[in-house]
Amino acid sequence: MNLRRPSKNQPEVFEFNTSSLEEANKIVSKYPKGKQQSAVMALLYIAQKQNENWIPLVAMKYIAKFLDMPYIKVYEVATFYTMYNLAPVGKYFVQVCTTTPCMIRGANQLVEACKEKISENENQLSTDKNCSWMEVECLGACVNAPMMQINDDYYEDLDKEKTLEIFDKISKGETPKPGSYRGRLNTEPENNRKTLMDIKNA
Amino acid sequence: MLKDQDRIFKNLYNDMGSDVAAAQTRGDWVKTSDLTAKGRDWIINEIKDSQLRGRGGAGFPTGLKWSFAPKEVGSRPHYLVINADESEPGTCKDRDILRFEPHKLIEGCLIASYAVQAHVCYIYIRGEYFIEGQKLQTAIDEAYAKKLLGKDAAGTGWDLDIYIHYGAGAYICGEETALLESIEGKKGQPRLKPPFPALIGLYGCPTIINNVETIAVVPTILRRGGKWFSSLGREKNTGTKIFCISGNVNNPCNVEEEMNIPLKELIEVHAGGVIGGWENLQAVIPGGSSMPLIPKEKCETLTMDFDSLMAEKSGLGTAGIVVINKDQDIIKCMARIARFYKHESCGQCTPCREGSGWMWRMLERMAKGDATKDEVEMLGDVTNQIAGHTICAFGEGSSWPVQGLLRHFKKEIEERNNLDPIVQKKNNIPYLVDQHLLDKKNA
Repeated sequence: MNLRRPSKNQPEVFEFNTSSLEEANKIVSKYPKGKQQSAVMALLYIAQKQNENWIPLVAMKYIAKFLDMPYIKVYEVATFYTMYNLAPVGKYFVQVCTTTPCMIRGANQLVEACKEKISENENQLSTDKNCSWMEVECLGACVNAPMMQINDDYYEDLDKEKTLEIFDKISKGETPKPGSYRGRLNTEPENNRKTLMDIKNA
Repeated sequence: MLKDQDRIFKNLYNDMGSDVAAAQTRGDWVKTSDLTAKGRDWIINEIKDSQLRGRGGAGFPTGLKWSFAPKEVGSRPHYLVINADESEPGTCKDRDILRFEPHKLIEGCLIASYAVQAHVCYIYIRGEYFIEGQKLQTAIDEAYAKKLLGKDAAGTGWDLDIYIHYGAGAYICGEETALLESIEGKKGQPRLKPPFPALIGLYGCPTIINNVETIAVVPTILRRGGKWFSSLGREKNTGTKIFCISGNVNNPCNVEEEMNIPLKELIEVHAGGVIGGWENLQAVIPGGSSMPLIPKEKCETLTMDFDSLMAEKSGLGTAGIVVINKDQDIIKCMARIARFYKHESCGQCTPCREGSGWMWRMLERMAKGDATKDEVEMLGDVTNQIAGHTICAFGEGSSWPVQGLLRHFKKEIEERNNLDPIVQKKNNIPYLVDQHLLDKKNA
């Protein structure tokens, strides 16, 4: 288990805007009648997206009313799952995987790069208030280790230099290209492919 | 090496594109209605003949699982749930299926739904795989547009709707009952079994839960026959499997290979060998982080399937192979895995919630050489207090890697940690000793 605390500075009001509302209603319709509670996870994502990538307590209350369920149940879900940010994060939210398969391929270099370029500590905004980073558990791209996630995109096969380049691009406001940074095709063995050769050459 | 024509996932590296037209050239969606026309019993029997075992880690026979679904639909509808909450460190096979072979999965969902009489299928994808989920959603939308889903899906006369449900970063939701809790909009804490989900699952209705890879191979098995599938590999460990080879190898990769392939062949041929040569190999985690590691001596002859790994007191799990060479500190590697489990424990059962933290803290100290002599035994004791004392298999999953370390690398730990115990054994003061040691002599 890990410790998660809601932010001390909470906004007073929250409600879905039109596009969020439309999306939320669409999601509720995916589940059987009377089981609208199932939509809580998706609705928390919508709230997070609308509210600059974090979920204030008022949003949980709003969602509880929206789905006709107790507030504490929404709070439980929001604090249980680690992808819901309970406090503000950067517009570019960097998550570095440091679990064993990434660790033994040098994930600490990525952490160093984060400390140099973004901020000394995890979950601390960079000086331009644009970026924050944290260490996370396995992101499920182990054969492309070491890797990190920035918002929704995966950046794979990194080292310190390439990570710093990515951060440079971000600070200029560009979106770096996701995927492998050693130029290999997805999860194929780099320069050592022995399978499906006909298809590759076709 | 497996022949290319026997590979099921021809688009594993996305050479050909993942849209429906490209998928059809690979043989997906070709006369799906012919398969379902042969009837439920034929489908389930064919899967039983193929001896397909679940690819999610436990290796439960799929045909048998499907046959547990009630034969008649009663007052409660049936559900099919696909487990795409792939979070086991070392594993990244489902990700490639979701983004590059989504139509294999969708077609498999249709056939499986027909076999277990479900009209609604939920695919539970881990939240981090947002892009992969979007690619799958595009494929689902395509399938609806081509009338391969929805009413009378693909001309089979069966109605099916598929919905994606995103997780939000909880490893435990890969456990099937925790996954159901999560879909119901609660925190993902596993349920007691029985009742098993096949009878009382999602919303209290009969539910069949399968891994992505299991479902994605189903259409190909039915087209080529269960006999073909069972001719690959060996008895009870049949067919092909996607292996993920990561860690200290020259060319980490995903590759589909026959079951029972020698581990050395996977590493040397496909992954380009261990960094620093085979002699530099220290240990291999054969099936995702929950499986006990295997030292180099045994890697020479080891073959990769469920039963042969079980014989080595390890397991195939999800077939995520993590290669660790001699440049790494093995205790530190395991301490990091213990930290993973400490972070991901759902907190429901005390032995796991507290024990996973204990294991992590002890291993961290052992990696630094700060532990006392007696703690090595104590660590083994802690693992035994967790395994088998929890609701779900997370207890085993978190303690097995530590037990594996103690089994094969005890000497290394002892060499590094030879401080004198804080409580000397001759001082027989029971209240200074951990409670669970009290039943032992000389505690």
